[in-house]
Amino acid sequence: MSLTPSNGSARRAYDGVVMCAPVTIPYVRYSTDTAHWWIGRALHQLTGTAGIRPRDIDGLVLSSFTTGADSAVGMTQHLGLSPRWLDHVPMGGASGIIGLRRAARAVQNGDAQFVAVVAGDTNHVDSFRKTLSSFSRFAQDAVYPYGSGGANASFALITRNYMNMFGAKREDFGKLCVAQRDNALSIPFAMMKKKLTLEEYMKARPISDPLHLFDCVMPCAGAEAFLVCREDVAKSLGLPAVRVLSTIERHNSFPDDPIQYRGGWAMDVEEFWQMAGVKADDVDLLETYDDYPVIVTLQFEDLGFCKKGEGKDFIRQHTFTTDGTFPHNTSGGQLSTGQAGAAGGHLGITEAIRQLTGQPIGKPVQDAKIAVVSGFGMINYDRGLSSGAAVLARAS
Amino acid sequence: MTEPLKRPKRKDPLKRTQQPLYPQSVRSRTAHGLTKAAAEGRFELQTCDDCSTVFYPPRDACPNCLSDRVPFRPVDDNGKLIADTTIRTSTDPYFRERTPWRVGLTKLDAGPVILSHLHGDVLEGQRVRLALKLDKGGAPVMIALPEKDTPNMADDPHLREMTCDPKFRRVLITDGRTPVGQAMAKAFSDAGANIVFVGIADPWKPFPGQDELKKIERVEIVALDVTDSESVTEQAEQNGGRIDIVINTAEHIRAGGIMQRHGVTVAREEMDVRYFGLMRLAQAFGPAMRGRGADGVNSATAFVNLLSVHALMNWPQYGAYSAAEAASLSAAQCLRAELRSGGVRVMNVFFGPLDTEWFQTVPPPKVTPAALAKAVVQALQHGLEDVFVGDIAEDIRARLAANPKALERELAG
Repeated sequence: MSLTPSNGSARRAYDGVVMCAPVTIPYVRYSTDTAHWWIGRALHQLTGTAGIRPRDIDGLVLSSFTTGADSAVGMTQHLGLSPRWLDHVPMGGASGIIGLRRAARAVQNGDAQFVAVVAGDTNHVDSFRKTLSSFSRFAQDAVYPYGSGGANASFALITRNYMNMFGAKREDFGKLCVAQRDNALSIPFAMMKKKLTLEEYMKARPISDPLHLFDCVMPCAGAEAFLVCREDVAKSLGLPAVRVLSTIERHNSFPDDPIQYRGGWAMDVEEFWQMAGVKADDVDLLETYDDYPVIVTLQFEDLGFCKKGEGKDFIRQHTFTTDGTFPHNTSGGQLSTGQAGAAGGHLGITEAIRQLTGQPIGKPVQDAKIAVVSGFGMINYDRGLSSGAAVLARAS
Repeated sequence: MTEPLKRPKRKDPLKRTQQPLYPQSVRSRTAHGLTKAAAEGRFELQTCDDCSTVFYPPRDACPNCLSDRVPFRPVDDNGKLIADTTIRTSTDPYFRERTPWRVGLTKLDAGPVILSHLHGDVLEGQRVRLALKLDKGGAPVMIALPEKDTPNMADDPHLREMTCDPKFRRVLITDGRTPVGQAMAKAFSDAGANIVFVGIADPWKPFPGQDELKKIERVEIVALDVTDSESVTEQAEQNGGRIDIVINTAEHIRAGGIMQRHGVTVAREEMDVRYFGLMRLAQAFGPAMRGRGADGVNSATAFVNLLSVHALMNWPQYGAYSAAEAASLSAAQCLRAELRSGGVRVMNVFFGPLDTEWFQTVPPPKVTPAALAKAVVQALQHGLEDVFVGDIAEDIRARLAANPKALERELAG
């Protein structure tokens, strides 16, 4: 099957490729272990879940901010793997989707049989500040010296502008945060498991106006992984699996927008649904990248669940709880589960695989067949540069 | 509206002195193009020579056409503040003790969107002017200022972190015997300095202008001879803990080159005043200033060297003098590195021939002591680091940038 998207080039479908064996190593706020430890735990559990030996992993996609001088290459020796296909995807919250894209093509083309897509980061007491000050050259030259408010300050500006442009209110963002907290209540490893009320959200201490405490994710340590292989291989291993209907990826979209009010998804949304062969209405659950609720709202709009600027109305129409209307970030998202560095972009993927294969950790989304997972990452100067999304479907 | 600064009260000697901190000051090599512009008070951004695109943050290729011909050039500093935020939690110790701290995004008329510090009088949605300043660590930063000057705007606490305004500060002028020293005393008194200490070597020896100097408000004559280590140390022991700005006006100007002199006596005197003198001042006053870089409204803020522009290129008519000035400049660069950790700025002021007796035979244009003093005060108010005063100084600077070899030959006469 091939498709002809708006740019005229054909997109080949991901026939015969599946994702399976979702793994989450429970998060902790601070860890004295290294990223290597977290990644090692994730791969160990992945092989156990899949019923394969570590040496069977012949493809690896790694994402991490805290491996120090070690790239994915160093990690192969550290962990005793000898893959014939290796990728290092340092794209923050977009890494999960982009890792999936790379892995799916490798498997489809026979370059590798078992590609482990893994992300893990540690969080030492001082790692967050160090990551911020040296995150990118633009961050060093033109962001960190301005108050050193980190991503909070950058997204505060994006949030302020969005509210000014479209009339969204803090209450709208609050509703998303409260719903995600409800979803997190059934997730044992969520960093924040205490019920949150809208009143508590509104009264929380300000961080960088208009952002308040519950608009911000909590940095933590953790790891996420999943396996990409052929559908027949997954079947022979007895692994419940999901198919990949379509994917998109974009970097540095809309560079002429003075402030970010749309992400790269908006450039590729047509192709996204065309390739998937389903409509936004067919989606049973959505896992967005929720570093800040304004970015969730952009994803609702840019992925076509509502029109640009109508995010606030869409929010007012739905509950976003796992058992409600429009189930969204059903494991609590990063806002409640915590942001385990680069693994934040994989959290929604492992959750979607679990929901679609009927093995959720928390509450199930009833009869979930189609899920959309979205990633977003790398605020380099004034905006997030990388975006991606995938439509996933229960295999048979 | 900016709340006017209040005259600081006498410091409680039992109170702990706040230790100086500064924001992260590491920059890419290309971003030091901003340092250069900020040091001289210009607003410059990279502008593509091939397609004229103006862009920011600093890059090594034009984001419109990929050209690498992307020099920093003066650009229109006007724009609109499109979004602001008040940072209330910061990971950096310097900002942490200064929150809430406002920053915002300005869309410049010239094109780029710039994240900057905000003056207290600018509001979201308003027209603003962006300025490039050096922060406490000497790193270049942007600040959005009101489109038109507002009352007491220099007193804004964020802006004052990036300037060395003499208002309410205590100044030491190292030599008050010279016309330049006396003009400085007047200018700093007029600029609102709390005390203007004026150093006089051998105070029992009368000098021209003495009576006028004493009449200037808030001037306090003190004994100081920069060629005498003991004198400098004694003065630092008496007043060093409350001196916020040092203006080194000690001069030793003699015409002549190096070949047709008898011996090295004059040259040694020049070096004693200009090079060893600076070293004595640095050793006696520097450590206390470095420790007081965050000491409230009247924190230590600047060490100013007055230098002949011929420190940058020898002028054989005043060849030995030029050499001593060059030595002084080199020492000042060292002192700049040493005072940086205290947030204390070393400002080098390069002047052309002065309208004083030692340049009697030199034709105009010349710089009057009053003009030099005014320039120094203004440069401190703007927080500059390198200042060129007078037509000759500007001319030498431009020719040096264009072709140093041509300048060397032409100055040889």
